[in-house]
Amino acid sequence: MLAAAHALIASLLVITGAAFFFIGTIGLLRFPDFYTRVHAVTKCDALGGGLVLLGLAIWSGPDGEGVRIVALIALILVSSPTAGHALARAAFRAGLKPWTREHPRQGGMHESD
Amino acid sequence: MNEWSLIPLFWGVLIFLLVNAFACLWRGLAGPTLPDRILAANVIGTKTMVVLVLLGLAREQGIWLDVALVYGLLSFTVTLVASRLLETGRLKGAWRN
Repeated sequence: MLAAAHALIASLLVITGAAFFFIGTIGLLRFPDFYTRVHAVTKCDALGGGLVLLGLAIWSGPDGEGVRIVALIALILVSSPTAGHALARAAFRAGLKPWTREHPRQGGMHESD
Repeated sequence: MNEWSLIPLFWGVLIFLLVNAFACLWRGLAGPTLPDRILAANVIGTKTMVVLVLLGLAREQGIWLDVALVYGLLSFTVTLVASRLLETGRLKGAWRN
């Protein structure tokens, strides 16, 4: 009974995290410009990766590989928002204009700039 | 605990995440601006890190977790360095704008 609950919680966490990864992929492919893609992707990656790795850590237990997986969760939770913020700041300072509904063609920066 | 094996679920999620990573590769190849390409590389790096952990648990070899840790650190560093190169045009020296 306890083993069944263990497996159920771990597999639910892993499947939920994979669903968040899928949502992030849809956002990366479908949103209109760079800033909205950053908005979609960084949150979904942090949450999806955190949930998948949390499920795997619960499944492995504290005396197996669980400790290293918790270190990986900490790495994802620190690095994903930092990378997204650094990238969005760099793009804004490099002159990339955000997309607006009034200027739908504004979200582009020429590759030769 | 051992009568419950999650290894088929791990292989399924692994293949699902690889399909997602290849879908993100399209944004990296066709993305209209340079930050889009760097963002796609970052996303694929995060997915690959989770895939490495899943591979380690599915094959029951703990060495893959160390590979995933090093891969995650390198992916994060590459994104920061590429952002800095995009923002300032240089890699060395102090921040000046």
